Amino acid sequence: MEAILFYLLAAVLITFAVLTVTASNPVRSAIYLISALLSVAGLFFLLQAEFVGAVQILVYVGGIMVLFLFVILLVDVGEFGTQRKTSRQWRAGIIVGVALAIQFGVLLVRGAGFFAVPAREAGLETARSLNTESVGQLLYNEYLLPFEIASVLLLVAMVGAVVLAKKEL
Amino acid sequence: MIETSHYLVLSAIVFTIGVIGVLTRRNIIIIFMSIELMLNAVSLNLVALSQTLQNLQGQVFSVFVITVAAAEAAVGLGIIISLFRNRETVNVDEVDLMKW
Repeated sequence: MEAILFYLLAAVLITFAVLTVTASNPVRSAIYLISALLSVAGLFFLLQAEFVGAVQILVYVGGIMVLFLFVILLVDVGEFGTQRKTSRQWRAGIIVGVALAIQFGVLLVRGAGFFAVPAREAGLETARSLNTESVGQLLYNEYLLPFEIASVLLLVAMVGAVVLAKKEL
Repeated sequence: MIETSHYLVLSAIVFTIGVIGVLTRRNIIIIFMSIELMLNAVSLNLVALSQTLQNLQGQVFSVFVITVAAAEAAVGLGIIISLFRNRETVNVDEVDLMKW
């Protein structure tokens, strides 16, 4: 059952990732990306990381993608079908992408021993049942300073976005 | 139970698709969406390894990745709006003022 779900979600994710990159209309691209992000969230749920999955849906699909769609509709550049889709450097881009894929392949095949981690210990069994609580404990104890820095980062980003998008200061 | 290597392969594939998107597309908004795709691939990697190692720090870091992605999207889309206001284009190869 888990394997079927995994392969289904993986197929959906790869399909929509390819469609996101290849679509000529940015609105369609955004919709495809939303589907890809939802299947990533499904994979998070499959990995028993409920908190991250919920945050993924709330922040990415509910926040970031709405922002994207808003900007796409705001920045109207007319007909998308008539314009070139790719930039002039697309050949170099594909070469770099293939080289990267080969690197990943070599790494994953030759490093298989490295990734074969020993059988999981049952030490964090409670963490599995109370994922959100455990992540929250970790965030508010061990990672309190990074957590606060992240909130300052969000504040800075908010101010920056307002300043950048304002017509005149 | 799915092996971790399956997740790693999937995440490598998605990351590569994102890289190709960033390097080949012309519309800056789609380039941004490809970057989001790459960040998600990394996030998936972190969560998969966190589950394998039974260590929740990976999930905490993926929450931070999502936070940084939100901040990046806000600033980036602000830049896109101000770029469009000034240059009337969202194509990256038409924004070449600083190219010699």
